[in-house]
Amino acid sequence: MSRLADLALLPWVVALPLGGAVLSFVLRGRAQPVGIATAILTAAAGLLLAVQVGDGGVQRHLVGGWGAPLGIDLQADGLSALMVAMTAVVGLGVSVYGSAYFAGGHGDATHQRDYFWPLWLLLWTALNALFVTADVFNAYVTLELLGLSAVALVALAATPAALTGAMRYLLVGLLGSLLYLLGVGLLYGTATTLDFQQLAQAPLPGRVAAVALGAISAGLVLKTALFPFHFWLPPAHASAPAPVSAVLSALVVKASFYLLLRFWFFVAPELASALLANLLGLLGAAAVLWGGVRALTAERLKLVVAYSTVAQIGYLFLVFPLGLGQSEGLTAWSGAVLLVLAHATAKAAMFLSAGAILRASAHDGVSGIDGTAQALPVTTFAFALAGVSLIGLPPSGGFAAKWLLLNAALASGQWWWALVLIVGSLLAAAYTFRVLAHAFTRLPGDPPPCACPRRLEWSALALAGVALALGLVASDALDLLRVGTPVEGPVLMERVR
Amino acid sequence: MSAALAYGLAGAGLIAIGLYALIVRRHLLRKILAVNVVGNGVFLVLVALAQRSGVPDPVPQAMVLTGIVVAVSATALALALAVRVRDATGRATLDLPGDAAMGRGARRDGAR
Repeated sequence: MSRLADLALLPWVVALPLGGAVLSFVLRGRAQPVGIATAILTAAAGLLLAVQVGDGGVQRHLVGGWGAPLGIDLQADGLSALMVAMTAVVGLGVSVYGSAYFAGGHGDATHQRDYFWPLWLLLWTALNALFVTADVFNAYVTLELLGLSAVALVALAATPAALTGAMRYLLVGLLGSLLYLLGVGLLYGTATTLDFQQLAQAPLPGRVAAVALGAISAGLVLKTALFPFHFWLPPAHASAPAPVSAVLSALVVKASFYLLLRFWFFVAPELASALLANLLGLLGAAAVLWGGVRALTAERLKLVVAYSTVAQIGYLFLVFPLGLGQSEGLTAWSGAVLLVLAHATAKAAMFLSAGAILRASAHDGVSGIDGTAQALPVTTFAFALAGVSLIGLPPSGGFAAKWLLLNAALASGQWWWALVLIVGSLLAAAYTFRVLAHAFTRLPGDPPPCACPRRLEWSALALAGVALALGLVASDALDLLRVGTPVEGPVLMERVR
Repeated sequence: MSAALAYGLAGAGLIAIGLYALIVRRHLLRKILAVNVVGNGVFLVLVALAQRSGVPDPVPQAMVLTGIVVAVSATALALALAVRVRDATGRATLDLPGDAAMGRGARRDGAR
């Protein structure tokens, strides 16, 4: 283990996918083997980093040996390590799926495959860099890199819906990043440092810091697609190719949420007023209800899954009223981070299985997937397992996360947030079972044929399995999360009164 | 009124104008221009911040330089995408053609 502690993994989790992205772009015809190899290496580096942080505590790397405030540092604490590990697991699953999804002889498929790999590896680079950067301005650069590669990936589908979805996504993303940049500039103006740690220690006085945090939060909320700024998400996520939808819903929206956590829990918890925390929680509650209702009434399968993302993002924002300045803060904080992980794996599995289901179905409506359970039993199982975690049934990761949030709500006497959790879960159950009811409708005669390679089905099932198993290893994940976390208090596994 | 304050106020004004145009204008080219106006407003605020103590502070200026690079590449991507949108839909707006033909349900789901 001592050798692992000596490895400087932090630069590698960024350099490996970046190198792979360039290489797969240059070697156009061999993009796929290069991409798969890079994905395996990057995922291994990410998971090793999580082990390293778990064993050896917070890791910091001074790029070029400069050190803050002059240089730009990389740092991984428990939260960063969990996010990088989540990206590694989902990224590996999506890469395996993508290798089968874009396989095909004809022109369009080859074009999509050759551009999917460099863009997806670039997106992975941006995600990892964002999770391990210790510099708020570097976070802006990675945020832009993330947005631009995500937009290009959506546009790969090249349908009118995908192109307009990508365009809207790009405009919203740019506005969000510019607001973030404005906030970063103002923050630098008061604290004259851009390092997350130094910002946390610096006194952030008065109105300028409040305006700066306001601009940063507005930009990030726009990018996280919190209700009512979710309008761009369903068209973009639902019209992209299936592996891209999975990455966008599972990982990309989490990146801006991660930054929100960084700013409000690490940098400036003292600036958070109860009004602000409750406002964010209220918008989150509205997102849970609105997203759930729209998922229940949406006619296209991928829109159901996309609106479910809107709803699940809503839960995450309950961490602000439940976690900021509460004595049960750590319970809500653990629940929210666990929900980020659970949703990432479950939603990736759901989008991936939806992609396979749509290949076998008559049209892209929910009613078009009749008979799927006959044609694609494995994929249907994966969809159902992912649904189990989204609803929050034990023993899934979604259950453990919601249980912690529920405990935090009851223990801090804010029972109304518990109500949101319960109603949201009922809605999730309703829209999941609506899809499953169609999937299990038996069609007379032979099941429809599907050009679905095994990798397409089993990679989705593997991710759904991870989402389910997350509930069983939740305490390990929470131990890792505690490395370098500023939130204090007990993690209430049971209700105390 | 100091020069830095004048620049800062001009920047805030540009952000407001750009935001208004981004929301109100429908043509994609105008929307892309609007984003650029917002960007320039932000850059102007940062330049003003760099001047606030009389001695120029290089850090916000370096941030503006990086921001300009990002804005150029983002604008290039946006323009290329706008051309593709016009080729695919026949119009340079965010409205999808054929919404009416696809029926009300499709419009409800897909258009917004």
